[in-house]
Amino acid sequence: MIVEIGHYALVLAFVLALFQATVPLIGMRLGDARLMQSARSVALAQFAFVVLAYAALTYAHVVSDFSLVNVYENSHSAKPLVYKISGVWGNHEGSMLLWVLVLSICGASVALFSRIMPEPLRAGALGVQGWIGAAFLLFVLATSNPFARFAEAPLEGRDLNPILQDPGLAIHPPLLYFGYVGFSVTFSFAAAALISGRIDAGWALIVRPWVLAAWMFLTLGIAMGSYWAYYTLGWGGFWFWDPVENASLMPWLAGTALLHCMSVMQKRDALKIWTIFLAILAFSLSLLGTFLVRSGVLTSVHAFANDPARGVFILAILVLFIGGALILFAVRANALQAGCVFAPVSREGALVLNNLVLTCACATVFIGTLYPLALEAVTGEKISVGAPYFNLTFIPLCLPLALAMPFGQQLAWKRGTLLGAAQRLTIAAGCAFVASAALALAKGGPVLSIIAAGLAIFLIIGSFADVIARSFRGPGHVLARAFGMPRSAWATSIAHAGMGLTILGLASTGWGVEEIVRMQPGQAVAVGPYELTTTSIVPGKGPNFEQTVAHTLIRAGGVTVAEIDPAQRFYPVRQMSRAEAGIATLGLGQVYMSVAEVNHDGSIDARLYWKPIVVLIWIGALVMAAGGLLSLSDRRIGFAYVARARRRAAPPIAQAAE
Amino acid sequence: MTRRARRLSLIGAALCVFGVAVGLVLFALRDNIVFFYSPTEIEARHVAPGVRLRIGGLVEQGSFKRDQGRSVTFVVTDGKGNLPVTYTGILPDLFREGQGVVAEGSLDHAGTFRADNVLAKHDERYMPREVADALKKQGVWQGGNSSASTQGVTR
Repeated sequence: MIVEIGHYALVLAFVLALFQATVPLIGMRLGDARLMQSARSVALAQFAFVVLAYAALTYAHVVSDFSLVNVYENSHSAKPLVYKISGVWGNHEGSMLLWVLVLSICGASVALFSRIMPEPLRAGALGVQGWIGAAFLLFVLATSNPFARFAEAPLEGRDLNPILQDPGLAIHPPLLYFGYVGFSVTFSFAAAALISGRIDAGWALIVRPWVLAAWMFLTLGIAMGSYWAYYTLGWGGFWFWDPVENASLMPWLAGTALLHCMSVMQKRDALKIWTIFLAILAFSLSLLGTFLVRSGVLTSVHAFANDPARGVFILAILVLFIGGALILFAVRANALQAGCVFAPVSREGALVLNNLVLTCACATVFIGTLYPLALEAVTGEKISVGAPYFNLTFIPLCLPLALAMPFGQQLAWKRGTLLGAAQRLTIAAGCAFVASAALALAKGGPVLSIIAAGLAIFLIIGSFADVIARSFRGPGHVLARAFGMPRSAWATSIAHAGMGLTILGLASTGWGVEEIVRMQPGQAVAVGPYELTTTSIVPGKGPNFEQTVAHTLIRAGGVTVAEIDPAQRFYPVRQMSRAEAGIATLGLGQVYMSVAEVNHDGSIDARLYWKPIVVLIWIGALVMAAGGLLSLSDRRIGFAYVARARRRAAPPIAQAAE
Repeated sequence: MTRRARRLSLIGAALCVFGVAVGLVLFALRDNIVFFYSPTEIEARHVAPGVRLRIGGLVEQGSFKRDQGRSVTFVVTDGKGNLPVTYTGILPDLFREGQGVVAEGSLDHAGTFRADNVLAKHDERYMPREVADALKKQGVWQGGNSSASTQGVTR
């Protein structure tokens, strides 16, 4: 019964989305305030019904109702509760329902946090959100219904794919979806601006928090996905340039570009057309990511579906929204006022350079990801474009950005001087030079790693050069001035430094150690500065798997510093095995060990890695997201501004935008 | 700086970055793409030794042998053509005789495929897409296609 209520709620949500897609836009056209205002309540109602549907599916998974095809195929009564809950989105149907849920959360947030924005803009944005919602709800209902039943219920389910039985599943997809779908809000605002033909600094002010929020979630989602792949796949790699990963990297690159060019629009009232284009691009790439992952065009761990009907449907959605938005863009973009031309050496000039590089990098990833698909479709030749291509294109394009980022921060708006910027960055450059020279002499290693490490150190120190210099200038106490500075200044520094940390972590892979060995129990193997000894190889049993655990001691100079338990697990329901890596974090580095099955002579084949400062890769992403959060809390930029403006009687943005 | 000079410098910068990107892409695409062939296609095309490629098919029953150390040899078949493969390292968890496999590496002069990477991370029902296509081409593919691959995992 609960399941049927959920199914019905989903149908109702679809009908509401259709209403939301039409009535507010008609109201916008006619200038009818009541029709426009209906968008808010409909968006909230749609949200409520999608939540109901989602809750119903979760309930079915938790109570193991195997009369549902979805639960039968992806769950098992012996599965731990956390995976019953997160397993809801660990399959195609549930994952699409989560997509729709996040979309409706975004719609409801626009409805709730938009009281001060001009009525036509809100109605237009919510109307476009309605279109997206209707398209995806129809997709779920027509091709991927999670509420489909069996005529006769099986007694036991087929269990969730073991690779997905991991806490990563509970965190990675929701974060990623908030990122992907968060860009739908930006997209809707851009489309609304094109429909109404009005766009100015006020628009940027309203939309910026949404870009920031989506960007933060996407940053965290990608980092989480990367760490999950790192510890779960047993190969010690954290980024494979797999099409599915690229699918999330492309919107991130476009979103990062968008974030930066929004500040130009906000400060200088320029780059409007470009901003609108990037807003469309970021969400288009999110949709492309959804298509690549969900349609089964690529078969990989994320592609649960292999049903052509679904692929064609998502492709149709893709064409409808990207095509529609681009046509709207082509027709209306000329109506937008062009901005001024900038001085090349200025903050805005630097931000344009950032946009150029990021979009070009995004294009190279796009080509590398889609070229094999296109070639196979046209000629039937099967090729793979792997890491060498991406390393050769993406790294040379993006690594110089690390050099340019601190300079960009130092340049003033309108006109800056490179010489002045360089002078203020001498300390950072000196540190970077000394550090990379020391590295080269002491450790050697690949040249690229040394260069990247030097650039990363320059970036980390250089990011704070501006805020520190400003704290020591002028009257008052240093700390008072430091804390008195706008939070957005600190936010930029922190986010940039986070990027530096990530680059430093990536550079460190050049000094990693990899050993593939056959280990006898008791035998010691040296890996980097450590010595690993497997003391026992014992069988064990988990809730829905059997395993062989290789208990291993990690010693440094004869002292045991850590113990790890890498295991080979076997999941009988699916007849699948997987390696559970044993990882010990020592300082910022990690010892990583994954084992294969036990050999006849009692030995075990193992991959052993020592990865110095590898943790920085993900810490850097966390720091970047923290910078985004700080920026969101800035009183001049984030939601707080909108909240304060609401409290005031005369909202300045509304005036500016009207 | 005049307005015209500013505009020119912006356009110049844009063209530079764009040109570098295009150059890198063309250069990288020329040397870094890897073709996928089935054993039959390798025979038919006379692929030169040393060229990086991906091969795929089924691991032939009874062909798997362990040499000393961690080296293994096996034969990949698509029903018509056969290709001996050697590999040193840890095989994926789901490597089995009779299962689909994809290997990356190059041919040596004796016509043996030296793999440096073997991918077989899939469950018992799943077949790598390239392998399924290659088998279909040779007419040895049986079994339901969609149910066989709904839970696909390649990595």
